[in-house]
Amino acid sequence: MADLLQIDQIRKTFPGVVALESVSLSIAPGEIHTLLGENGAGKSTLMNVLTGLYRPDRGEIRFAGMPVTLSSPRDSLALGIGMVHQHFMLVPAHSVFENILLALDGVPNFFSRKAYKQKIQAMLDQFGLELDLEAPVWKLSIGAQQWIELIKLLMRDCRLLILDEPTAVLTPQESARLFAVLAKLKAQGKSIIFISHKMREVMEISDRVTILKKGRSLVTLERGEYDENRLASLMIGEDQIPEWEKRPCGSDELVLEIKNLAVRNDRGLSDLENFSLQLHRGEILGIAGVAGNGQKALAEVLTGLKEASKGQILAGSEDITHSGARSSYIAGIAHIPEDRKSIGIAPDLSVDDNLIMKSFKSKEFRRWIFQDRGAIRRNASEKIAQFAIKAGPSGNPVRYLSGGNIQKVIIARELSEKPTVLVALYPTRGLDIGSAEYVHKVMVDGAEEGMSTILISEDLDELLKLSDRVAVMFRGRLVGFVDPRQTSREAIGLMMSGEAQA
Amino acid sequence: MVEILLDATVRAGTPILFATLGAIVNERAGIINLGIEGLMLIGALAGFAGTFASGSLLVGVLAAFVAAFLAGCIHAFVTVQLRGNQIVSGLALTMFGIGITALFGRGMVGQTIAGFERIAIPGLSALPVIGKPFFNQDLLIYTSFALVAALSFFFYRTRTGLALRTVGENPGAADTCGVSVNRYRFLAVAVGSGIVGVGGAYLSLASTPMWIENMSAGRGWIAVALVIFASWSSPRALAGAYLFGGITAMQLRFQAMGTTVSAHILQMLPYFFTILVLVISTLRLQKGASQQPEGLGQPYDREDRK
Amino acid sequence: MRVVAVKRELSTPLFRFTAPILSILVALFVAGFLLLAAGVNPLQAYMEILQESLGSSYGLSETLVKTTPLILAGLGVSVAFRMQIWNIGAEGQIYMGACGATWVALFSGIENPTLLISAMFCAAFLAGGLWAGVAGLLRARWQVNEVIVTLLMNYIAILWVNYLIYGPWKDPQGFNFPLTAQFSDAARLTQFFDTRLHSGFFLALVCALLLYLFMERTVWGYEIKVIGSNLKAAKYAGMRTGVAIFVVLFLSGAIAGIAGFSEVAGLQGRLQHGISPGYGYTAIIIAWLAKRSALGVVIVSFLMGVLLVGGDSLQLSWQLPIAFVSAFQGLILFFLLASDFFIHNRLRWVREERHG
Repeated sequence: MADLLQIDQIRKTFPGVVALESVSLSIAPGEIHTLLGENGAGKSTLMNVLTGLYRPDRGEIRFAGMPVTLSSPRDSLALGIGMVHQHFMLVPAHSVFENILLALDGVPNFFSRKAYKQKIQAMLDQFGLELDLEAPVWKLSIGAQQWIELIKLLMRDCRLLILDEPTAVLTPQESARLFAVLAKLKAQGKSIIFISHKMREVMEISDRVTILKKGRSLVTLERGEYDENRLASLMIGEDQIPEWEKRPCGSDELVLEIKNLAVRNDRGLSDLENFSLQLHRGEILGIAGVAGNGQKALAEVLTGLKEASKGQILAGSEDITHSGARSSYIAGIAHIPEDRKSIGIAPDLSVDDNLIMKSFKSKEFRRWIFQDRGAIRRNASEKIAQFAIKAGPSGNPVRYLSGGNIQKVIIARELSEKPTVLVALYPTRGLDIGSAEYVHKVMVDGAEEGMSTILISEDLDELLKLSDRVAVMFRGRLVGFVDPRQTSREAIGLMMSGEAQA
Repeated sequence: MVEILLDATVRAGTPILFATLGAIVNERAGIINLGIEGLMLIGALAGFAGTFASGSLLVGVLAAFVAAFLAGCIHAFVTVQLRGNQIVSGLALTMFGIGITALFGRGMVGQTIAGFERIAIPGLSALPVIGKPFFNQDLLIYTSFALVAALSFFFYRTRTGLALRTVGENPGAADTCGVSVNRYRFLAVAVGSGIVGVGGAYLSLASTPMWIENMSAGRGWIAVALVIFASWSSPRALAGAYLFGGITAMQLRFQAMGTTVSAHILQMLPYFFTILVLVISTLRLQKGASQQPEGLGQPYDREDRK
Repeated sequence: MRVVAVKRELSTPLFRFTAPILSILVALFVAGFLLLAAGVNPLQAYMEILQESLGSSYGLSETLVKTTPLILAGLGVSVAFRMQIWNIGAEGQIYMGACGATWVALFSGIENPTLLISAMFCAAFLAGGLWAGVAGLLRARWQVNEVIVTLLMNYIAILWVNYLIYGPWKDPQGFNFPLTAQFSDAARLTQFFDTRLHSGFFLALVCALLLYLFMERTVWGYEIKVIGSNLKAAKYAGMRTGVAIFVVLFLSGAIAGIAGFSEVAGLQGRLQHGISPGYGYTAIIIAWLAKRSALGVVIVSFLMGVLLVGGDSLQLSWQLPIAFVSAFQGLILFFLLASDFFIHNRLRWVREERHG
């Protein structure tokens, strides 16, 4: 059978970065083809090329045998290529109806509201989705929003569907449901490109797997030619996955206590409700939960960025519920934010300047009202060496650094004051394996020296590997605690989707 | 008495209404346009000159629209295609408008034309209190009513309108639906600017049928503030424009009545009022009332690495 | 065939430096056509501008006279720009500064010249600062858009000064003209060489130096840079951004207020119409052109001074409205924005083959 899509030696560069060196692969009709690779390998970049968002520097794309130029998303859509992006392409303020309507083909300018609502409702019914078409999208859960993205593709009757890390925001149960839908689509003869770095899922649903590494397509394997280990070693190559054991934490000393915390968001809805937690010295407390269930609010309220409407936070014996970000820090809480580029760094300033963002007022870096640039530079050299940061020429704006190095700058800055508590929000998201391992090591080393960590992550493997205890959050509430060494992923998954209590 | 005030309110509010509506079209597509003041002047001069040269008011209004449309194209090109800083570009447009109208308007100073006349709508204009102010006005005012309704319909009942709103909220979402972000933004800025120009034309063709250098006297800036008051909706823009018109009407009334308060102090009222309105509107925005288009002010680059 | 914009690897520093100059030249070129259309010979006009502003020592002194308030207002606006705050109200702040200085000069009863001048300076500083501070407070507390507030307050400030000079402060010996009484000699800044150049010019240079030190070397300058680069990150790092916003706007207005002081104490000797013929708006261009450099502000202010002196002269010889300078300034900004684009992007021709 002729291939539906052929990608031949695609190359894509950005200023200073080669995102795709040379990628070649082919997609057959009616197959689920997985693109496997660690963060930074080029998976999303390649898909953005396929959907017309990025223009390749070199290479050819052939669809149904004919060479095509995809100069805009329109071209891709015309061929029947559609994608569910990792960052949703939805308008939160618009209704579900409006979001889907715009994605449809051939809608006349003066459209009949009733007719189109019926059409869309029919499609929703077909998949058993209960969504209020008039509801604004911001009210929906992330899982529901992803379904809307999928519906947009299905209503266009796409021949090739691309799903970029769709299970990142789903519980194990919801993932299973998604896979059932994919199987159905496959039976209809549609092709699916599935992007993931989760070995388990790849084994479960793929017909073929293409491994991407550092912008190159390594090899394409058929089902049966691989197992998890082979895939893992291909994906990471000679880089060793360091093997180390997490020593269980033994201290009973309470370092942080949260009592009945409640937080409201800008829209008046409650982000956090009746939340209570205890953190011990030297402990790594993992918090599991699908993104969007209050984790961000928890992190923000712990670091003084948001105010709690009810409840208390105690650091040692000090009540820090209502102080600003500064006092929180003085109380020793460091924070690795979720969105490193948007709130973690001052993008236009140099690495030196970013490293002292919290400590610039200390006597070490200034003389009276003037800054001691020499001391600042020395501090930077020290931290760059200590944390192995690839910083580029001195004075380079920090936004030019790779995601992993930016994270290192943030960590260097946050840990430089030897905090008692570290709040880390999805700290390894988007990082390549090497950098992710580094972050883990930092947390583990810190725990041995008495630093306590609250690790909020959507990566169950990461949580189970590092945490002494795991708390599960759902809809802003604490559902229960589990022992990572004894609880199954399925059980945690049920708690994450609110279907079970500990 | 109320009738006279209402009438003055409508007449004073109309140029601001056009300007606000034009600004709303810009901002709904995600582009901030601070060139409103300059565009009003360009519209005022072009309108006056057009009518003066041709003897036809319609030609004047068209000329105003086209001139402001073209001027708006500069801002559109710089901010959309070149992804330039929208605030600076808007300010540049205002400066440019002030300067170029002063330069080319020299020849029009002192000239007179026959301005817009009132046309009574039979039946409605006989209504008590609101009859004269709303239904015995000139054609441009009637056009402004129609425009308010048309824009509302456009934004919420047409696909093009939905696409435009999406472009302003999340250009990436629109792009992946196959909507050409740059084309929509460019046209929104250009057409919106044209509408602002018509507002300027009202000044020189109806309010006081003549051309004076810098005759908009800051009204463009008030329109920029009113967009926020109007929560980017055209019916609310009507309310805001007339609210402002009312304050202006009352201020003129006081001046005419001869109060002890200095004319200069009275003239400050509309500006104070606008600041107050802005503060209140901003506070309401934060309480979750209709938010501003989320993508407002940010250039869109498809190749931006996420 | 299509034109596509492709991001450059690294912007060449040379182009970055020459871009502002190129923009001015291209703007001059385009403005030339506008002048032609208005019946003025552009080459002659440009020659006259250079002649009048630089061709004689008196001309030069006049240029420096205009440069003085431009430097001060430009510095004020650029401080705000550094923190991504748009102070469009420099014009009004200049007026209020002038107002404050005038009050001290005419009504405070101080007679000692040093004391008087210092008091006038302080009053101008405070008046300009508080005027901008209103916008600062609104922005810091309630995130009210400072562009609109500062701008509307320009109109209010000008009306306020008009009220004063037509009303309570009108000079009884002024033949009913809208101006205040003349300041005593004690309230005047020294003037040099029989020209109108006054010590305000040196004051402006000192301010430029101080501001450079402030922004580049002090802890506060660092804080401003961080907040300007990323407000959220600054907040989360513990910086009190609300206070910073207010202080920066206050400072911005205060420095512009000094320009007002400089004009009434150094140049005019009284408060009257047209204390600032648009200096506050020109300051925005200066701040944007000079980007982050205090030295840049001084240089660009000088260039603008040349333009304004030339413009004054053209007004007399060609009946060219002085507002035309605004058009020229607008053009410069447009071309500057365009050059910004080309600093970071280059164009590529792409052959498209469409199949299927």
